[in-house]
Amino acid sequence: MLDFMKNVPELPIADWTSNFTDWLTDTFAFLFDPIKNQFGDFMEFTADKLAAIPPVIVILIVAILAFFVSGKKFGLAAFSIVGLLLIYNQGLWEELMFTFTLVLIASVLSVIIGVPIGILMSKSKTAETIITPVLDFMQTMPAFVYLIPAVAFFSIGMVPGVFASLIFATPPTVRLTNLGIRQVPTELVEASEAFGSTASQKLFKVELPMARSTIMAGVNQTVMLALSMVVIASMIGAPGLGREVLSALQRAQVGTGFVAGLGIVILAIIIDRFTQNVNKSK
Amino acid sequence: MVAKIEVEGLTKIFGKKPKRALELLQKNKTKDEILKETGNTVGVNRASFSVEDGEIFVIMGLSGSGKSTLVRLLNRLIEPTAGSVWVDGEDLSTMDEKTLRETRRKKMSMVFQKFGLFPFRTVRSNVEYGLEIQGVSQEERKEKAMTALELVGLKGYEDMYPNELSGGMQQRVGLARALTNDPQVLLMDEAFSALDPLIRKEMQDELMDLQENMKKTIIFITHDLDEALRIGDRIALMKDGSIVQVGTPEDILMNPANNYVEKFVEDVDRSKILTAHHIMKRPETIDIDKHGPRVALERMRQEGLSSIYVVDRKRNLKGYVTADDASEARKKDIRDLQEILTTDVPTVTKDTPMHDIFNAIYDSSVPIAVVEDGKLAGIIVRGAVIAALASDSEVTLDHA
Repeated sequence: MLDFMKNVPELPIADWTSNFTDWLTDTFAFLFDPIKNQFGDFMEFTADKLAAIPPVIVILIVAILAFFVSGKKFGLAAFSIVGLLLIYNQGLWEELMFTFTLVLIASVLSVIIGVPIGILMSKSKTAETIITPVLDFMQTMPAFVYLIPAVAFFSIGMVPGVFASLIFATPPTVRLTNLGIRQVPTELVEASEAFGSTASQKLFKVELPMARSTIMAGVNQTVMLALSMVVIASMIGAPGLGREVLSALQRAQVGTGFVAGLGIVILAIIIDRFTQNVNKSK
Repeated sequence: MVAKIEVEGLTKIFGKKPKRALELLQKNKTKDEILKETGNTVGVNRASFSVEDGEIFVIMGLSGSGKSTLVRLLNRLIEPTAGSVWVDGEDLSTMDEKTLRETRRKKMSMVFQKFGLFPFRTVRSNVEYGLEIQGVSQEERKEKAMTALELVGLKGYEDMYPNELSGGMQQRVGLARALTNDPQVLLMDEAFSALDPLIRKEMQDELMDLQENMKKTIIFITHDLDEALRIGDRIALMKDGSIVQVGTPEDILMNPANNYVEKFVEDVDRSKILTAHHIMKRPETIDIDKHGPRVALERMRQEGLSSIYVVDRKRNLKGYVTADDASEARKKDIRDLQEILTTDVPTVTKDTPMHDIFNAIYDSSVPIAVVEDGKLAGIIVRGAVIAALASDSEVTLDHA
């Protein structure tokens, strides 16, 4: 049935991609190298400083923040204390700090990149048509695949981990920013225009405030996805809880793997409740 | 007098081939034909009208008639396909963005059907919006916002959020917001349609009270004919994107331009629109200075009346005499009408709505006198009231 395909040679997509990546690596080495070094140092520094703070103080601060963020309820604060103490008890404190740094930086960068792209999409039909399939691609391509160019660009460590997380975690923020702005009731947009707002006044005084909770839902998703990349990123040498899971996997140590995994779950729950409550409280 | 707003051939076509559709439109093809041929929808079809400074101009039509599109063409929330809107001699449809923005900031503001309030801002902050984006200082903003809120009777609510207020109050906020930057033109898009009938009437009254002092040029969109007739100085009726008739409420009611308008006005509660002026008759009178009971009786017999109005030489209303009193007087040989004159006369003015005539006529055994500056202008008999309610043909016959 596919006889006619005999005349078509196999397309060298793999070669093209390799060549393209090599070209990128060579051409932008002047860009990638300083990022790798400076940014890597900065992340190491952050993680070290976090790890250097006595755990008791960190736990206390988290507990107090949890108390206020959740509207002066004790649930989240209590969970944070117990959960973090458990991680400390299991000797995973330093790993936790590395993982947290990775997630934090990847998420912040995702938001910084994602929100403006989402705004662009909401303003331009063309941009939406072009960017939507790119987002689909980013989310459906197996995350492992990103590790390869990440290593090519930034060798191993935290930086390529952040890079891979960025690609994987940014789409929800972009999508929900776009959706949030498009869902602002027409009448409010018209009201803002009818009083003579400029485009940026309309955006900052009406559209973004109206879309805030939708955007925050996207940010919450982004943070969760960044966290889920932690284990995968450890395959290219990103330190933290993920690395513990990976090494347990390689050595078939069920117990160690479970404990590290539990650490990730605790961190995930705390971060999730924090971002959700920030969204609700305002 | 130069019109405040002059609209010329204003057209909006929705769809991908507006030029082709415009050509067809100029060949007088109907909206349906154009939709079939090009897939484009005619939103507004070559609307032309002018609005005088300080008048309330109502644009009314059923849903889908293009009235909401038309009002958005006036401040260019929707880009017109063709035609122009002149505001104070400047063409809004060709303005560059900056001038357009200035015009929107200073000259015209808008009130929306669903209020269009920003839910994350307090009442005062909503009202301040127009000034805020112009970079007006906080103190001045606050002062003007408070003045506007007081004007619409919402003093004391400034720190609440819109969702804490009732619909009527929310629309007052909308109105206050539109008044804060002191525009000359107010566009009101179905501003009261979302309110329940009692509140709606209250808001209409308030708008008219405000208008007494403000003298803004108001363009008011509505689908409610009663509302249009109540508040409009002039009314434009729309159908399928075209303006079918422009006229005073009376014009529209009395001389419907075509079947469509006629159908529209058929269901109107005429008693609210018609006034004494429309249903009064030329009165039979006798002159108190010249005539006595004998003449009065004779006149009544001729005309088949049971009573007759009495005036002086200058047509000042003096009272009436009944046939019974007159024949009694003749028997007793009384010569002066003064002695049998009844001065307790039911009177109305020319502008009294028919609604208010009902009670007066029900209680009275004689026709009602329509008085202007003390002079008898006409009389209203029961039959005329009923006829006027039944149809307009009788009415137009009687008043010239």
